[in-house]
Amino acid sequence: MTTTEDRAGAAGRKPPEIVDMNWDPITRIIGNLGIYTKIDFANREVVECRSTSSLFRGYSVFMKGKDPRDAGFITSRICGICGDNHTTCSDYAQQMAYGVKPPPLAEHIVNLGEAAEYMFDHTIFQDNLVFVDFCEAMVKATNPGVLARAERTEAPRGHLHGYKTIADIMRAFNPFEGEVYKEALKISRVTREMFCLMEGRHVHPSTLYPGGVGTMPQPSTFTDYLSRLMGILDFVKQAVAMNDDVFDFFYEALPGYEEVGRRRTLLGCWGAWQNPDVCDYRYETMNDWGKAMYVTPGIIVDGKLVTNNLVDINLGMRILLGSSFYEDWVNEQPFVTHDPLGNPVDMRHPWNQTTVPLPQKRDFDSNYSWVMSPRWYDDKTGDHLALDTGGGPLARLWSTALNGLVDTPYIKATGHSVQISLPRSEKLPETTLEWHIPQWSNTIERNRARPYFVAYAAAMALQFVEQSMGLVRAGQTKTFENFEVPDEAIGCGFHEAVRGVLSHHLVIKDKKIANYHPYPPTPWNASPRDSYGTPGPYEDAVQGQPIFEENGPDDFKGVDIMRTVRSFDPCLPCGVHMYLGKGKTLTTQHSPMYGASHG
Amino acid sequence: MSVDSGTHDVATEPSRSEVRDGFDEVTILWISEGMSCDGDTVSLTAAGQPSIEDLVQGLIPGLPKVNLHNKVLSPTLGGEEFLAPYRAAIRGELSPFILVIEGSIPNQNIIQGDGYWTSFGNDEETGQPLTLNWWIDRLAPKAWAVVAAGTCATFGGIHAMAGNPTGSMGLADYLGWDFKSQGALPVVNVPGCPIQPENFMETLVWVLYHAAGAAPPPPLDHMLRPQWLFGKTVHEGCDRAAYYEQADFAKDYTSPKCQVKVGCWGPVVNCNVPKRGWMAGIGGCPNVGGICIGCTMPGFPDAFMPFMDEPAGGSLSSLLIKPYGAFIRRMRGITNAAVNREPKWRHNEPTLTSGYDPYWRA
Repeated sequence: MTTTEDRAGAAGRKPPEIVDMNWDPITRIIGNLGIYTKIDFANREVVECRSTSSLFRGYSVFMKGKDPRDAGFITSRICGICGDNHTTCSDYAQQMAYGVKPPPLAEHIVNLGEAAEYMFDHTIFQDNLVFVDFCEAMVKATNPGVLARAERTEAPRGHLHGYKTIADIMRAFNPFEGEVYKEALKISRVTREMFCLMEGRHVHPSTLYPGGVGTMPQPSTFTDYLSRLMGILDFVKQAVAMNDDVFDFFYEALPGYEEVGRRRTLLGCWGAWQNPDVCDYRYETMNDWGKAMYVTPGIIVDGKLVTNNLVDINLGMRILLGSSFYEDWVNEQPFVTHDPLGNPVDMRHPWNQTTVPLPQKRDFDSNYSWVMSPRWYDDKTGDHLALDTGGGPLARLWSTALNGLVDTPYIKATGHSVQISLPRSEKLPETTLEWHIPQWSNTIERNRARPYFVAYAAAMALQFVEQSMGLVRAGQTKTFENFEVPDEAIGCGFHEAVRGVLSHHLVIKDKKIANYHPYPPTPWNASPRDSYGTPGPYEDAVQGQPIFEENGPDDFKGVDIMRTVRSFDPCLPCGVHMYLGKGKTLTTQHSPMYGASHG
Repeated sequence: MSVDSGTHDVATEPSRSEVRDGFDEVTILWISEGMSCDGDTVSLTAAGQPSIEDLVQGLIPGLPKVNLHNKVLSPTLGGEEFLAPYRAAIRGELSPFILVIEGSIPNQNIIQGDGYWTSFGNDEETGQPLTLNWWIDRLAPKAWAVVAAGTCATFGGIHAMAGNPTGSMGLADYLGWDFKSQGALPVVNVPGCPIQPENFMETLVWVLYHAAGAAPPPPLDHMLRPQWLFGKTVHEGCDRAAYYEQADFAKDYTSPKCQVKVGCWGPVVNCNVPKRGWMAGIGGCPNVGGICIGCTMPGFPDAFMPFMDEPAGGSLSSLLIKPYGAFIRRMRGITNAAVNREPKWRHNEPTLTSGYDPYWRA
């Protein structure tokens, strides 16, 4: 057990009053997720949590034997909200396998497309999915006392966003009626138009290929993108201010709220946006070009950077079973015994994985999910770390800040913070936002990081537009480099999907796919207990969290639990599958011994 | 080469019901728990013509009030609160409703024992997962209309690819192609991977006008697709088709020319994306440099793979067009050069040479 912290102090505890509560399916996420908890209402905390996903489609099964060039098109369909991240990551892996480096303009075009994807996805998720949990209607139903206080609390950044009180902001987030809710839907369309300018269509791109892009690099392609980007900057700046106001208010109104969804800082980030001056897609130089990415890769444990070397990150990956509906593959023949640098590759590494589905009855005491349990093996401590991504933005900002490597006109990493500079927009002046490494890896900070990362993506997009226009004006308009599919090759792609770490591992034999395993962020976050008994990050974050909701067991909604789960931005098609919903009281038990054995 | 519909003639249906005998309120029960990626739901939120919030807020005149239940957009926290209308519909306490299925339907029959490929909520008695198939078996016969959103739900799609372990299929394969809903409609198929946002919203709006009694049933073709959206091919709406006519083909993806020799299946695929754009007229596929991989078609994806290879028929047709195309291109080049010159009377000389004569009479 490397993950769970015992947050339950022994002193002053009442005899537990345990109720089983489950939410299945969970709404306002992508995919199927179920959250099953045991809640101690006497001590107002969650004592146990299990997360399950109930969908299996079998990409790594049906991709076998197919032409490797099809991989980007097929894997996009893994997910309906971040499919383009898969295509991008697949093309990265294929470029390594084929030994091809796309022209610089193609890299900028992909970077611009992915920047638009972050802006789109984080906006629609934060404002139309997550924020419903913080909107007036929800807070009224779960914490009327907090709403009353919000009505009396002036919004400190009202001069930026225009809302007088915290309750006014909450009203603006009411579903389908609130002003910001509706505006966010419109912004999600503008940002998707920006995406389509670069990648053809959303969410499954049409113009991305291994070796480059088919996008026409006309001056107008970039002008059309830039003018839309400038048009949303006011919204971006205001979103950061509004979110800061609301999240600061929650800490203030509910002392101890920082414990909600808190877990050990165990964050992974695989890096985003290639720098074409450095990146050549060779495995041998992966450490160098990984560090040149505009979001720096890194594994962070308890506030310390363990590594930022993509080779180390790659070799440490382990796919564990323990609670998942699959046959183990350890006795199969390995596909890859050594990496191109001669390092041994573990049998539990994605390059060597064989997926054999075993549909079976769900049993929370043994196997209960279609999600496997990816872990990162720390060879210094021998721990299999259940890394999470903090929903994506938290880990990206944290890793970039701590690494201190990104230094561009718009983004600067300081070692403890990230400075994001945005130019003047219609209403608001030139603004530098600063995201500081927070005290906790918890629900609020996962959510707060999201609008900051939208600002980050907007800022980087400005740089990529400038670089693209520079190349177009210089006549360097080539966007595709030819390649041949080798008889035998391996490749790996590392990218930051919207929700965090994304890797694709590819093995080619006889010019066909012999093995292909995509690992998106959600398998990391939504994983069930592994063979060592270590819970997955959702389970770990929910387990032990206090309950602040004012409702008792009879009309309990579980909003704090849902906030925690949603703070990770679950995406179960990526994970394989999961859910949640209104708590259904299955059994009420009074068993004083319960906490002793499961705490 | 537009595809003929083979279904009923719209002209025989009332174009507008004289007596409005339709519904004032309709519930949409959307289940995306098929073998899906939720991409069609996400795509739906990109539509601006009309938008989902327009629909939910009742801003489109003449439509019934719409109660939308969709997991991704649901204001509920989930679980039983979210499932309540679905359970009510099974008990016969909620009607009329439109059932929308997203994702392909797995074959549960190939599973030995109690496992499941996909589920949606739990059995209230046993607490065990309820399969998608369980819900379809109970909801489809009671639904006023059944709509399949996306190529997975319509025809099986990517998850029904050769070599798949789940035995997945489309909704009409599962319910039967002759299935009729309570509203006497067949399954309404809106293919696309994902659905083009406006294509889906427009179809849904037509079905809702029909539910209101203000429109005939939507005209569907033999694969149950809306004719006005899927009656033409990609190529027929592609602005790169002129390159094809002139036998001027892209050799790789950096080129602005016709992509049939580098993988585009547009000439034989029913889809309107190049003509319509992806959203708000922006984006697309071959019109913006992305080969058509046939993602709206029943044969997708297997019939089109490897995607980046030239389609089988492409080499012959592009060979046939070569002599004609080369000749036409040359002739057009000559004419183009001619029309790229201004007439000689446009000058700044002291004498007017345009031919103007104030005393000219016919």
